[in-house]
Amino acid sequence: MSKKWLGLAAATTSAAMLLTSCGGGGDGGGGTEAEFDAGTTSIVNPSDEQGGTLKFAHSDQFDSLDPGNTYYAANWSFTRFYARSLVTYAQQPGEEGLELVPDLAEDLGEVSDDGLTWTYTLKEGLKFEDGTPITAEDVKYAVARSNFAPDIINKGPVYFSQLLDAGDYEGPYEDEDLDNFTGIETPDERTIEFKLKEPFSEFDYVAAMPQTSPVPADADTGDQYQTQVVSNGPYKFESEWTPGKTLNLVRNEEYDPETDPLTRNRPDKIEVAFKQEENDRDNRLMSGDLHMDVAGLGLEAAARGKILRDENLKAQADNPQTGFKLYFAINPNVEPFDDKACREAVLYGADKTAMQAAWGGEVGGDIATNMLPPSTPGFTEIDPYGTPEHKGDPDKVAESLEACGQEDGFDTKISYRSDRDKEKKAAEALQQALAEYGINAELKGYEAGTYTSEQAGSPAFVEKEELGIMAYGWGSDWPSGYGFFQQIVHGDSIKGAGNSNLSELDDPEINELLDEAAVTDDPAQREEMYAEVDALAMDSATLLPYLDQKALLFRPENVTNVFFGESFKMYDYSAMGLAQ
Amino acid sequence: MTAPLDVSGAAEPARPDKGASPGGATDRGRSLGQIAWTRLRQDKVAMIGFGFVVFMALVAVCAPLIVRLLGHPPNEWHQEMIDPVLSTANAPWGGMSGEFLLGVEPVTGRDIFSRIVYGARISMLIGFLATMVSVVIGTVMGVIAGYFGGWVDAFISRLMDIFLAFPLLLFAMALVGVIPDAAFGLQGNGLRIAILVFIIGFFNWPYIGRIIRGQTLSLREREFVEAARSLGASNFYILRKELLPNLVAPILVYSTLLIPTNILFEAALSFLGVGVEAPTATWGGMLSEAVDYYNAAPNFMLAPGLAIFLTVLAFNLFGDGLRDALDPRTQS
Repeated sequence: MSKKWLGLAAATTSAAMLLTSCGGGGDGGGGTEAEFDAGTTSIVNPSDEQGGTLKFAHSDQFDSLDPGNTYYAANWSFTRFYARSLVTYAQQPGEEGLELVPDLAEDLGEVSDDGLTWTYTLKEGLKFEDGTPITAEDVKYAVARSNFAPDIINKGPVYFSQLLDAGDYEGPYEDEDLDNFTGIETPDERTIEFKLKEPFSEFDYVAAMPQTSPVPADADTGDQYQTQVVSNGPYKFESEWTPGKTLNLVRNEEYDPETDPLTRNRPDKIEVAFKQEENDRDNRLMSGDLHMDVAGLGLEAAARGKILRDENLKAQADNPQTGFKLYFAINPNVEPFDDKACREAVLYGADKTAMQAAWGGEVGGDIATNMLPPSTPGFTEIDPYGTPEHKGDPDKVAESLEACGQEDGFDTKISYRSDRDKEKKAAEALQQALAEYGINAELKGYEAGTYTSEQAGSPAFVEKEELGIMAYGWGSDWPSGYGFFQQIVHGDSIKGAGNSNLSELDDPEINELLDEAAVTDDPAQREEMYAEVDALAMDSATLLPYLDQKALLFRPENVTNVFFGESFKMYDYSAMGLAQ
Repeated sequence: MTAPLDVSGAAEPARPDKGASPGGATDRGRSLGQIAWTRLRQDKVAMIGFGFVVFMALVAVCAPLIVRLLGHPPNEWHQEMIDPVLSTANAPWGGMSGEFLLGVEPVTGRDIFSRIVYGARISMLIGFLATMVSVVIGTVMGVIAGYFGGWVDAFISRLMDIFLAFPLLLFAMALVGVIPDAAFGLQGNGLRIAILVFIIGFFNWPYIGRIIRGQTLSLREREFVEAARSLGASNFYILRKELLPNLVAPILVYSTLLIPTNILFEAALSFLGVGVEAPTATWGGMLSEAVDYYNAAPNFMLAPGLAIFLTVLAFNLFGDGLRDALDPRTQS
């Protein structure tokens, strides 16, 4: 049910861009001392000053500015400037940033006793940019268009269509009578009731997606809505936007900060330039001419080297974990990995320090010993296949090889995405490490664009080509073990194509635990279950997690209130302002 | 319309009626090869190029030996040489030392010298084989088109136009992308090299084909061909015994000039990531990886860059010298 952050998935090579200040530079007034990695855990340059133009840059462009039609973490963060959802993530650094707070709704969702109805009540006095009041129908319409019209709106996730009991509703473009959409009921102007097929305890996370941001039905232009989104947040489009052209946001006079749990109205204007060359972007960031790389994927190699060598520049950089787990999946349907001992030989033989080097050393990531990302609530550190200094354990490899009857080693293949240099290097690192034990792996590179849909993600292809070991990476759509694990270890998620459960793991115990977690109300109890899933998944010896990816992000001195938001795994754009 | 090979004596061995053996050897001219060799030897620049080409060929052939003596296995990681934060060599000059002659690659710490030496194998192998493919196809097609003329010539000439208009680079990228795991009894890198040779060689033949056709057109009107024909020699005999020997020089010259082009093409494909599979070292592939580190590790970019540059230059100098040596018009 949960899918990866596409943004992060696409991340490894391209990064995004930044912005420039027009309000003049300066040292953001005596706030927190800026030092390396300070923004990962605290607010750098706190200031209440308003004004200025906050300039973002993007190395490519957004999949869409339509809050209902996007699947990039950066976009989910950026749309908060003009599209408020029912609930949203707290504007806090560190773990507190993972907490949900009511945004348009008065409170978090209220669930009925049978777990099938989640109710939200809109705050009073909410208005669109043209002054019309926001009603429950507008939210209902937004969900209907974003989840039930896959022919027209198809870039975002479709959790609502999976969760809601909507029969065979065909979406608002086919079926103009919104009353036929039974998945949501609106007993009055301010009450929204989501009707679920089955109980789902983490529904608030789904309600936090920008898809619940209200859309007035008469302003909807299908996939062209992104050119003129009707704002309900602090900023609105200055004029109709042409994709590819610079985006300008100006203040929305109808926005009432009193209704907002976040402070997201510091700059006077917001500007996003698209298709900015990465190295040029990095240089402009370092000069303070641009303010932020909006894609939030980090700096290019050239700038990394420069920043890490220069103490002053380094003090303006942060190195947080991205929540993205890098791992190799071992497929037990490919010989000789049908024998667990053979899989263990790979787990014990891997040199994780070399793989870490492949991703840029300590700055590129922290060595991982289990699947669950450390920032996930409930994370418990375990290392069931630990080796001395993570460099591999020759004795245990020899034991494992003997146990699986392949004393002299064996031949296999490692697949990777050929257009991702770091993943390729990590695959080479694994190949080199295994070669020392007689396990000869041939490297097979495939295009990232088809890797999940046609190669590693197609069990038939995997078996035909005998891809025993596959490089992969995964991040969660929302910060919970369910969001992380469901697609990669649950037996039900195995698909003929576009499969992300690359190990084809179908362990009844894991399946049951995840299914049960979905209907368990107590978060603490759920967290325990996720830790258990983690241990079971590791015990299957089909997963070789090696790194918790880290990004190197840059924050110019003239930007205020900068911190890394754990929810979207990039700087929290909503809080930013400019030193005046 | 003088054929460059219209050297006195050149046509002599081709005379079908050469029944009577030439009398005394005293007045017999030197052979074409002897003349060319003498002239080539006097061309110092060409000889330097030739020397370097031979040197690179030896390097490619003896790569394992050279690396055993002077380097490390080309795919072996040396993380002890890499700074864990910066990902580049932890020693000055990109890690250049007696142990690592050209320094180490950023990230992996692999020995750049060893990878250059092994990269020469791929470059030279593909360069030579692809050129052979082009030359064989080009010569056969060129001679047939030029000799028979008429609709045969028209057909082959249009075919050449079509091939010349082919978006070779794009086609190569697309084709290499869909290579199966095993085909034609080959697999892995062997298959990829074979396909690269095929693509580069097969689509480059019209260049040499056109030149051969032009030469053949002028040769077939010459007296010795007329003579052979009037004596009843078959077309095949004339092609083989009268024309081909006279085409050896242009074939040699253009082969020498085609090899560096093909080496560059292979490097370009590797640079674009559609060459042989990692971690096999190729010059183009190294160059492509070095782009990110041009600042932090210039040696990583310079080494393959210079290797390509010097090899291509050497081939071109040698090719130029060979053309001058074989072309009688350059005689003072």
